[in-house]
Amino acid sequence: MFDPPIARLLPDGRRLHLGEGPIDLVIRADGAPEAVAAAYRAAAQRFEGLLAELCDELPLLRSPVLAGTPVPEGPVARRMHRAVAPFAERMFITPMAAVAGAVADEILAAIVAAGPLERAFVNNGGDIALHLAPGASLSAGLVDRPDRAQLFGRTEIAHADPVRGIATSGRHGRSFSLGIADAVTVLAGTAAAADAAATMIANAVDLPGHPAVTRVPANELQPDSDLGSLRVTRAVGPLGAAEIDAALARGLAAALQFRTDGLIAEAALHLAGTTRTTGPALPAGTDRRTLIHA
Amino acid sequence: MSLLAEPLAPKDDKIRCDACPVMCFIKPGATGACDRYANHDGELVRVDPHVLLDRTVALGGEIVPFARTEDWDGRIVPEKETFVTAIGAGTTYPDYKPAPFIVSSEVDGIDMVTVVTEGIFSYCGVKVKIDTDRFVGPETSIVRVQGEAIGHVTSGEYGSQMLSLGGVHHLTGGSKKEGRITCEALLDLCNGKAVEMAIDGGATLIVQAGKPPIVNGVTEQRMRVGCGSATIGIFAKQWHGKVDEVVVVDDHITGVLSEHQAGKLLGIPDTGIKLKGRRSTPGRYFQVAQPGTGWGGTDIEDPLAILGPFDRKVAWPGLSLLMVSTTGEHSAYFELDADLVPVEKPLPAALVEPVERIAENCEPALSTVLFIGGAGGSLRAGVTENPVRLTRSVKDAITYVTCGGAPVYVWPGGGITFMVDVTRLPENAFGYVPTPALVAPIEFTLKLADYEALGGHMDYVRHLSTLDPEGQLKLPQRLDNPWPFAPQGAKRSHG
Repeated sequence: MFDPPIARLLPDGRRLHLGEGPIDLVIRADGAPEAVAAAYRAAAQRFEGLLAELCDELPLLRSPVLAGTPVPEGPVARRMHRAVAPFAERMFITPMAAVAGAVADEILAAIVAAGPLERAFVNNGGDIALHLAPGASLSAGLVDRPDRAQLFGRTEIAHADPVRGIATSGRHGRSFSLGIADAVTVLAGTAAAADAAATMIANAVDLPGHPAVTRVPANELQPDSDLGSLRVTRAVGPLGAAEIDAALARGLAAALQFRTDGLIAEAALHLAGTTRTTGPALPAGTDRRTLIHA
Repeated sequence: MSLLAEPLAPKDDKIRCDACPVMCFIKPGATGACDRYANHDGELVRVDPHVLLDRTVALGGEIVPFARTEDWDGRIVPEKETFVTAIGAGTTYPDYKPAPFIVSSEVDGIDMVTVVTEGIFSYCGVKVKIDTDRFVGPETSIVRVQGEAIGHVTSGEYGSQMLSLGGVHHLTGGSKKEGRITCEALLDLCNGKAVEMAIDGGATLIVQAGKPPIVNGVTEQRMRVGCGSATIGIFAKQWHGKVDEVVVVDDHITGVLSEHQAGKLLGIPDTGIKLKGRRSTPGRYFQVAQPGTGWGGTDIEDPLAILGPFDRKVAWPGLSLLMVSTTGEHSAYFELDADLVPVEKPLPAALVEPVERIAENCEPALSTVLFIGGAGGSLRAGVTENPVRLTRSVKDAITYVTCGGAPVYVWPGGGITFMVDVTRLPENAFGYVPTPALVAPIEFTLKLADYEALGGHMDYVRHLSTLDPEGQLKLPQRLDNPWPFAPQGAKRSHG
């Protein structure tokens, strides 16, 4: 028997925490008290068995998506597949690149279906699915590294924006990165799409063959990693300003292409204290003295 | 010829975690996808900080996560002042392996050893004492959490209701869900969290260790000062001369001043009062009403309901009568009219203080939670190769048992069955395994020479100064807990 899933209100009495195995969701719904209660009930109900459902198809979800790869069956697995498919022709990707975002999207869908809400979000370890009623908006802080709660900026997402997903990827999080970005934050139509794109852009922020970058086959660290023997970044030594620019330029080129293809709205790329963004929705700059602590 | 296949052991030393359906393969020194479970030398362990108690810091000091800081100078806290608890120590299943930490230190010139392990207790539960006279449910009624049976109401104690929760039948004998909910409820109670429970044919309770119980949504304020008869005995003298008759309404024993021994000794005359219920001894009545959440833990809303007509030959018009509950929460004052019928009147000023005095003498109502677990089984093998010697050494008071540094009561008889007040442990000291079972810290402290004599794992004894400071938590010792290394006589704080 496995550890039971957790469903509890956080000490602030407003947010719901759902957890099982590697999944931790922090959920907030804003609206009439009965609607919020119904939303949280729906979230907890959908969460029960969700991890097991994913694990049933784990071998397929850990395999690269190629032409002819079967489409998985579970609703979350299908969200993952749908999110990574547009990238599959260009680069190595497995549905696991979108797992966190897809779980957030699935739970959000259950919440929204339960009743009318002003606003809701499902935060799955930094990958966030959003619901905004007309007139509602959300202010999101951006962190420069997923393992640190340091904000380098914030962005405002309104009902009219095409953004309902925010995801951050980089080499400091729980999952591995093929690149050297400290953090790549992506705004996209869904959390799953943002998650997949952030993973791909973070992989692209790179200095191939650079001696300051230490890489290790993923399966030496985690035997069942979906990245198999691909070499993932373990450490990055000091980099010069020109090297930082070059690595970010590679990532930014990928991000701009994804935006042109309609896969993402915006992206902010962060490496060694320097930020590049695809557009004005996200802040740029390198001055740490102007950090916003909110 | 054996038909058994070779065990499918992995070729290398990675292990498969079964804490969640992901079932990660984890390499030694690494964690699974969740970062909560790790492979430590081939064993699956929960990654929790290991807790040390620090005697020098006063109670209420901040929890100091030491190590993990760049300025760590490698210095270990002075050894006399540090006791290693089993919280977060992990276990070494199977049990023939030595316990995770067997730590020696010198205390007042004597070499001491503390064997530190986390026990996995399938045979465990909690006893909950709820300070209230209110009716929570009939004895032996099932106690449920989220509809699942997790225990039952057991025999009440003086001024308190008792619950017996958990135990092996609810943990592993029922459905999977029953086991899971039971485990969760026990864990929450042990870690000081509030648990809502419903009793078949009784009340809904919210119980939290060290906090007032909430019965049917009402927070209990006071524990009764005594039963109705005891209340008469305590306060008779203070009522004398201010009122002719006093009835203390109580679900257990309702007391009547004029008939009670205390009233007789004060020369209080008979009043001709007639009580319903069964007279036990003079002035003491059982079963005056049904149990409930009204006056004194009965179902009474109108106190006159427990009185019959006054004896016309004895009673007199104008006779004054005080009726009060055992906590002073309910009170009413009556005088008999010309027909000897009680008529409610405002409480005279002279009686205000005596009624308040009852309330004043009531202690705050609390829920208290004792964890009870049996370490009589294989856990002992982690301490010594000859487990029964450990049991004997505990019984002979050569080995001192603590639970997360807190004192325990070791139940007499076979095995090492102990009880501990969960509020005396550091926060979140209890864990669980999916079996389901609770994980509780347990430490055995004894002289090194005695440890050797009982067949201890001497090769695994290591000095306190060699413990890896990584991942340790240094906590202040609670002032009301005896220091585990103190001389034998000094550390028995209770019982």
